[in-house]
Amino acid sequence: MENLLKVTIDGKSIEVPPGTTILQAARQLGGNYPPAMCYYSSLKDTGGKCRVCLVKVAQTSETNPRPMPKLVASCLTRVEQGMVVENQSSPEVLEARNGVVEFLLINHPLDCPVCDQAGECDLQNLSYEHGTEGTRYEEQRREFNKIDIGPYVQLHMTRCILCYRCVYAAEQLTDSRVHGVLNRGDVSEISTYIQNAIDKDFSGNIIDVCPVGALTDKTYRFKQRVWFSKPFNAHRSCAKCSGQTIAWMKGDAIIRITARKNAFGEVEDFICNECRFEHKQLSDWTIEGPRDMGEDSVISANKYELPVISPAVNVDAKFVSE
Amino acid sequence: MKILLEHIDKPGIQSIDGYIKNGGYRSVEKALKQLSPDQLVEEVKTSGLRGRGGAGFPTGMKWSFLDKKSDKPKYLVCNADESEPGTFKDRYLMEHIPHLLIEGMIVSSFALTAKTSYIYVRGEMMYIIRILEKAIAEAYAKGYLGKNILGSGYDLDLYVQAGGGAYICGEETALLESLEGKRGNPRNKPPFPAVWGLYGCPTVVNNVETIAAVPWIVNNGGAAYAGIGIGKSTGTKLISACGNINKPGVYEIELGLPVEEFIYSETYCGGIANGRELKAVVAGGSSVPILPKNLILKTANQDARLMSYESLSDGGFISGTMLGSGGFIVFDDQSCIVRNLWNFTRFYHHESCGQCSPCREGTGWMEKVLHRIEHGHGKLTDIDLLVDVAKKIEGKTICPLGEAAAWPVASAIRHFRDEFEAHVRNPESCNARHLHFETAMSH
Ligand SMILES: Cc1cc2nc3c(=O)[nH]c(=O)nc-3n(C[C@H](O)[C@H](O)[C@H](O)COP(=O)(O)O)c2cc1C
Ligand code: SF4
Ligand code: FES
Repeated sequence: MENLLKVTIDGKSIEVPPGTTILQAARQLGGNYPPAMCYYSSLKDTGGKCRVCLVKVAQTSETNPRPMPKLVASCLTRVEQGMVVENQSSPEVLEARNGVVEFLLINHPLDCPVCDQAGECDLQNLSYEHGTEGTRYEEQRREFNKIDIGPYVQLHMTRCILCYRCVYAAEQLTDSRVHGVLNRGDVSEISTYIQNAIDKDFSGNIIDVCPVGALTDKTYRFKQRVWFSKPFNAHRSCAKCSGQTIAWMKGDAIIRITARKNAFGEVEDFICNECRFEHKQLSDWTIEGPRDMGEDSVISANKYELPVISPAVNVDAKFVSE
Repeated sequence: MKILLEHIDKPGIQSIDGYIKNGGYRSVEKALKQLSPDQLVEEVKTSGLRGRGGAGFPTGMKWSFLDKKSDKPKYLVCNADESEPGTFKDRYLMEHIPHLLIEGMIVSSFALTAKTSYIYVRGEMMYIIRILEKAIAEAYAKGYLGKNILGSGYDLDLYVQAGGGAYICGEETALLESLEGKRGNPRNKPPFPAVWGLYGCPTVVNNVETIAAVPWIVNNGGAAYAGIGIGKSTGTKLISACGNINKPGVYEIELGLPVEEFIYSETYCGGIANGRELKAVVAGGSSVPILPKNLILKTANQDARLMSYESLSDGGFISGTMLGSGGFIVFDDQSCIVRNLWNFTRFYHHESCGQCSPCREGTGWMEKVLHRIEHGHGKLTDIDLLVDVAKKIEGKTICPLGEAAAWPVASAIRHFRDEFEAHVRNPESCNARHLHFETAMSH
């Protein structure tokens, strides 16, 4: 292989091609890679904004053994030959990350009990690991009115963390972007130009890339807590997209269709709006079998291979202890 | 010793004829006809000139980073977005002696092999934009701009762009985004503008005052410039002085002038107004740490504090500050540090672009807590909370606005903690004083 670069992250080394970022290298190493709330590997120009992926570069390179003066965004910083990185092993990184999570939460409504995203929310997961029980924030929280952005998607701006993923997704996946970021600072908001409906094909993917519950599926609103539904790999033949989806079932009914996500929470293959919103009949789909959501997911806590009879039977020890 | 403002009082200096009569545009002749771009970069390196926009980065070094080998066009962009509270030197220079900036832009563009250059002017300063546009038209008419300048074969077009109306557009990469017609969000760095600047081309961004110093360096040589000032703080600096002083205004000082002389001498600030006592100074625009009287006049080692990059930052952030942009804000013994800090944080909260979480959320948090303290609803624990929030912003953000918001908070509490505690303990007296401010402001 042509000149690979060796990088050491929390004591573990890996060789990667030039151009690889610290975050990508860390993901290849597995284990405790830095979290990412704004970076999305399949969307160009994402990253650098949320700052939860900050890491410490203890040695810049073989030839430049000095540390980098500040913590750097691992999603954008490229690996150099002989770079040494501290992620979870650095108290400084953990303190900074806890700080960022606190910042993300101070104006968040914490309305998980009524939020469709709960159970598959990156912010919720992040706060389990890096948040505190209480809050030091006593001021009034920021609130926005809900904005109606068409037949399929509900924008609940109060929950948005301004990761810009949906903006890049719309820019790169649909034929024209009709929403963006308006205003500045902590009153910035995701909005459509003069309440334009987001009904471009492929626009439904903004729901999947949103790390929180700011963009939710109107055809699924309040239908079910995700952990009480059962995800199945499903496909249909589609002229517009791969047709490879997850069908979320409740009994024999399909209550939601989403794209399939990988271990890093990123969509494997973006799907079209027709597959996502218009085919909710079991007969529309070929069901391949249960979808493995990974051990850590609260969704896996529910043994969905078994028929749901009563919660007591299905709730395993892990779920109870959490 | 005056370099920038030497001719400012000459009659007709605003027009090109008056300017040429006083020796203007000589550096263009010399640079384009006798010197090569690389020689010019060397002269500026020799001069020791440092960026006057705030960070004090050596200008010659910045110029030498420009990727000249790239086959893309090179750009010079002048940062005239001046919006930092307390800083009003660039507009003074552009208003009174606009051709000095145009002349500087021509020789600097030549040094950087740029064929198109921009002056990005704070959008609120329409009158400055008109002055510059007139000056540029005059320079075109006289053959200092356009095709084949003075028969040298060098072509340059110079444009004025009105800014987007936000402090953040003064941050160089936000400025470039805005100049490209986009939302003024700072970019993540690297890549730096020298490699990936305007439209992805190699670009240098320099402050107005930095560029205005270049003609003198070309005319008199870098070594002569380096002979002025003190140590690595070479040349002169414009200081915009304001606050409780007898003579607010813009002064050109030789770097190395004692701070005490600057505050008390009749040539400069003329002492504290209304016979009051000096309490504190913010020496380099609202984002640099505030220092109390004892530390602004003398360093922790009891040396006289000088107006230079090194002396002002002596003692680091424990007992020092920064020269910054030269916005010199003086507080007398009656002024309220808490109220002033609340005002500063209000500014940064309002001006944060909102891209990155620590700055977007942290600036608002600090402002709200300070608003409570200033209005008599604070708690003692709020003071340490502020210090902690500032610390969690500092160094974690995309651009230095985070630091600019955090440093004033950290330094005000470091040096004036007792005042914050007094606000918490005596809410009634806060309210009384508050009323006093409101009435004063309504007059
Ligand atoms: C929030 C923010 C605002 C800034 N505003 C200005 C400004 O108004 N004018 C300026 O010259 N530099 C400003 N700067 C500094 C610029 O980013 C840049 O460093 C400077 O223009 C470089 O010029 P110099 O090397 O000549 O100093 C600002 C920086 C930040 C972070
Ligand atoms: S709506 Fe969701 S995807 Fe869009 S910026 Fe906000 S948090 Fe990110
Ligand atoms: S994931 Fe790197 S800054 Fe958001």
